[in-house]
Amino acid sequence: MAEKTHAASGGLIRYLVVRFLLIFPTIFILVTLVFFLMRVTGDPITASQGGRLPPDELAQRIHTAGYDQPIIVQYAQYLGQLLRGDFGTTYSDHQPITTVLTTYGTATLELAVYALVVAFIVGIPLGMLAAFIRDRWGDAVLRVLAILFYATPIFFSGLLLKLVFSIWLHVLPVAGRASTTVELKMQELSNPTGIYFIDALRTGDPAALPDVLQHAILPAVTLGLLTAGIFLRLVRTNVIGTLNTGYIDAARSRGVGEYRLVTRHAFRPALIPIITVIGLQIAMLLGGAVLTETTFEWNGLGYQLNHYLQARDFVAVQGIVALLAVIVAVVNFIVDIIAALIDPRVRY
Amino acid sequence: MSDVVKIEDLVVRFATDEGSVLAVDGVSLAVGEREVLAIVGESGSGKTVTARAILGLLPETATTRGAVVLRGRDSSDGVDVLSLSPGQLRQVRGRDAAMVFQEPSAVLNPVYPIWWQIAEGLRAHGRLSRADARARAVEMLELVGIPDPTHRIDHFPHEFSGGQKQRIVIAMALALNPGLIIADEPTTALDVTVQAEILDLLRRLRDDFGSAIVLITHNMGVVADLADRVAVMYQGRVVEQAPVRQLFAVPQDAYTQRLLAAVPRVGAGHSQRDTPEPATANVVEAKRLVIQYPARFGSGGFTAVRGVDFHIHAGEVLGLVGESGSGKTTIGRAIAGLTPVTGGSLDVLGFEMNGVRERRFRAVRGDIGFVFQDPGTSFNPLLTIAECVAEPLIVHGRARTARDARARVDELLDAVQLPTVYGERFPHELSGGQRQRVSFARALALSPSLVVLDEPTSALDVSVQARVLELFGELQRQFGFAALFISHDLAVVDQLATRIAVMRNGEIIETGPNSQVLGSPQHAYTRRLLASLPVPDPDAQAERRDALRALGD
Amino acid sequence: MTAVPAKPRGTWLAKVPVLRELRQSVGVQRFMLLVGVIITLVYILVALLAPVIAPYRFNQLQDASGTFPGSAAPSATHLWGTTIAGYDVLSRTLYASQTALMAIVAAVIISLIIGVLLGLFSGYFGGPLDRILVVVCDAIYAFPSLLLAIVISIMLSRGQSSLWSGIMAAALSISVVYVPQYFRVVRSEVVRIKAEAYVESAKVIGAGNGRVLFVHVLRNSVRTLPLIITLNAVDAFETLAGLGFLGLGIEPSSAAEWGYDLQKAVSDVTAGIWWTALFPGLAIVLLALGISLLGEGLNDLADPRLRRRSAEANEAALELEA
Repeated sequence: MAEKTHAASGGLIRYLVVRFLLIFPTIFILVTLVFFLMRVTGDPITASQGGRLPPDELAQRIHTAGYDQPIIVQYAQYLGQLLRGDFGTTYSDHQPITTVLTTYGTATLELAVYALVVAFIVGIPLGMLAAFIRDRWGDAVLRVLAILFYATPIFFSGLLLKLVFSIWLHVLPVAGRASTTVELKMQELSNPTGIYFIDALRTGDPAALPDVLQHAILPAVTLGLLTAGIFLRLVRTNVIGTLNTGYIDAARSRGVGEYRLVTRHAFRPALIPIITVIGLQIAMLLGGAVLTETTFEWNGLGYQLNHYLQARDFVAVQGIVALLAVIVAVVNFIVDIIAALIDPRVRY
Repeated sequence: MSDVVKIEDLVVRFATDEGSVLAVDGVSLAVGEREVLAIVGESGSGKTVTARAILGLLPETATTRGAVVLRGRDSSDGVDVLSLSPGQLRQVRGRDAAMVFQEPSAVLNPVYPIWWQIAEGLRAHGRLSRADARARAVEMLELVGIPDPTHRIDHFPHEFSGGQKQRIVIAMALALNPGLIIADEPTTALDVTVQAEILDLLRRLRDDFGSAIVLITHNMGVVADLADRVAVMYQGRVVEQAPVRQLFAVPQDAYTQRLLAAVPRVGAGHSQRDTPEPATANVVEAKRLVIQYPARFGSGGFTAVRGVDFHIHAGEVLGLVGESGSGKTTIGRAIAGLTPVTGGSLDVLGFEMNGVRERRFRAVRGDIGFVFQDPGTSFNPLLTIAECVAEPLIVHGRARTARDARARVDELLDAVQLPTVYGERFPHELSGGQRQRVSFARALALSPSLVVLDEPTSALDVSVQARVLELFGELQRQFGFAALFISHDLAVVDQLATRIAVMRNGEIIETGPNSQVLGSPQHAYTRRLLASLPVPDPDAQAERRDALRALGD
Repeated sequence: MTAVPAKPRGTWLAKVPVLRELRQSVGVQRFMLLVGVIITLVYILVALLAPVIAPYRFNQLQDASGTFPGSAAPSATHLWGTTIAGYDVLSRTLYASQTALMAIVAAVIISLIIGVLLGLFSGYFGGPLDRILVVVCDAIYAFPSLLLAIVISIMLSRGQSSLWSGIMAAALSISVVYVPQYFRVVRSEVVRIKAEAYVESAKVIGAGNGRVLFVHVLRNSVRTLPLIITLNAVDAFETLAGLGFLGLGIEPSSAAEWGYDLQKAVSDVTAGIWWTALFPGLAIVLLALGISLLGEGLNDLADPRLRRRSAEANEAALELEA
């Protein structure tokens, strides 16, 4: 018995190691893809400055930046940089990309966490409810709701919420992460975390936290409902699939009630595929964050990305996208590990 | 004394795409205390639907009429299950009657430990502390013979063997000590030696706990082993009901007589006389054959066949027998070039299969026919039957299109006794037995000298199996091909093969003519295999049971 | 031997894909599928007939009675109002369905062909190339599609787009994301079907790889695709809109596009001008809803576990019998 357990846990450790090593080819593939897509039609300096600078000065700048070397040489240099943790420097304002991450990443993280909270609170119970009342009219309403949640573009749902709650009803702020007075107070803190929820508490001002949360409501709901729609659909489909299995039938034959069948017996087995998809959704959340942050002027990575896009600073765009690739790969690794730990067939 | 359950004039209909289907048509049955009632019938006879109706476990598409009066262990008057509200139905389930299912791996929740699953049935009928639930789970596992229960209750289903899982399912059914256990094909998914143990356990439920049992099965041997009384169902109706001895001795209904006649019996086939090995050349010859499946992520390589020797003469039928996982299917696949040989030598029609190249072997493929186990999946669902049968002719250049091959296809369909108009149909429009005939037609299309049959009848009903086996025998005599007949069923093998090889754990432990292997087996495992096989005769089966018990001790 | 009657084959109507499913469906599922079909058809009609239905051209700024007013509220002359630049909102919203439809068709065709073929060959032949493709596709699959779309759009157009480069940017970037999705689904189906008895029996017969792949595997492995095609379609035009919203889209003079109009509407909303945002936004939502309902409906019917049958037919049969 002891021997078997030992061998089995070896299986889990091997899985962890292999899954960890898989992070590197994933990052490598994405970074390579982004590099060649960005460079295949020309260098970034021509793209942003072409036509605005005299040709000889343009050539001079291209030469200084090394963009006149063969693309393979540039690629090798770029990979070398990345290995040293250097994602490049923005062209327009000479910021290291890693600094952009540390400065604005916390804002995006905070938004993503709020959005996930909304998605979990709304998506999972409604998904279970839909599975419980499957194929009745209530279920149809929930399914249409799910489609509306995930198929409405963020920039439209954001605008709509803003129009209703900020412009017409005046109950929530239009944009930004906090009022100016609160922002100033938080700037006075010694080493602010950048996570306004924490910083607002640290100011000691009782009005600071409600102010910060008020600003977060619309962006969090906008981004959260998108993910909630996907969760709703996912939970519904997987729970219904599980409800058709023999072990649900068997539990029913022993008198277990329908409610408990859905919430306990079917939900946990259904959770394993759900968690894997949730991992992917966290990555997709980053894409949605670009649009949400732009809509609500939430100064995070997405907002910065849009800022550099408008400034035609494609070096910065490439750097931020490459950095997000690393984050996505790591998040997916963590989620896969959680899924493996939940599944007893993998865990042993 | 009153009946534990009394079914009166039960009618069940299902809504399907093709309209309403009558599944159970006026069934009346009763089960007394401590009685084992077997409901026997072939697929589609309505036996499972009848049994599930007792617990109200029918899908939403079903509509019912009639009455199912279920008496609880303590209440003297019963309730009509069909008229209960969902809440009342929930109360009855597990308390007054419980169910044991066919596929134990499918009815255990893979993500919860065993004790939790046992406790769920108890919790559904009253409050229970965690410690009490665990104690009760230990008690139940001990009862059904799971060793080391205090430790094992924390394990997950995948950590138990198939037989142990079925014991756990039975433990769950027993948890509230219901007066009635409904066992729906409880041993069909299990090997024959495990089946004998589970049947013993079910017998103990009746003897030690006084449970009445409704046993759903298609296996007449299982009926003879366990039942007190038998109801035979056919097309939704009970055609005959009788005490078990009477039913087997003097079956009244014509359908019952046909059903009993169709059951293959060990000793009724080629084992009756000594058949000498033919003096012809070998079409297949294996020497120290080893087949290893390559290592995959997270697991080492698995050796399915560990150095076996055997041969098949031209025109001879060799039976290859063994339980699941014995390696018998792997050998069949290796002969057809579906699984690579990794060690030793396997000569098929003069070709060495160890290291053979597919390109060179392809020419020989026309001379080998293969019949797969599941007739449901062995045809491309998008092709017509004629196109399926024509495929070997097209591949080997005998015909350019399915239309060109039609004359030969009609000839083949005729040979397997199917009307030629079936050629226009799609596979799903045929029954299992008809599809298996088409399998024969396809395998014989190029008049091969060797045919491999991998459990060709294990998915079929007994009466269909009898006709398919008979057809195969005729075809073999007519065309004179050699065959490897793979099966888990000794009786089926005896009917068709003249020589038998018995496999266990990747090795052939015994081989010889039927009369020797089945008549005077040398190896202890062969003897146990033979003794575990229930025979369709209650008195003979009781003797065999004692003999098996003696073997075990 | 019993006589076998000729099998009725049904009318040709029963064989048209979506119509067949509509006939099979019942109740709520039928209603949802029907709504999806109707909405999708209406958009196709609007796209085809936009020049006839729309009161003005999408880039028209004046007519005989003079220059259009900017930011005019809905009125008799401009039913859905005008944008700040003076475009007619109704006309642009209608015309934009053409742009969306082109993006959908281009994206679906490109990703479907590449994804299915890659999945088919990779799953069937296996080997090191298969393993590499799986890792590559998993990596891309996990990456936010909008970020890839931004990168590809920069590559194709260096930031400013005509009609075709705008549509192709959206179509190509969606293809880069969707090729892995088709690949994964088709590959896993192929791996499953490869082990099915009918494929093995073709191999035993001696059928070559080409025959096995195209006669037996391909047609059986694409049954689950309708749902992905609809997801693909929705993502295609929404990505086009997303790029438009980020200023990477099509210039207003070359084509109408909902995302571009929404971007211009952001500042309007703060000023309380609602009509420039509402109508293009609703157009996106409604099309997405229609296509999604169509996809989910087809998916429900393809999956027997999700399929519903009517219980009423049963009751009726029982009554008749009594």
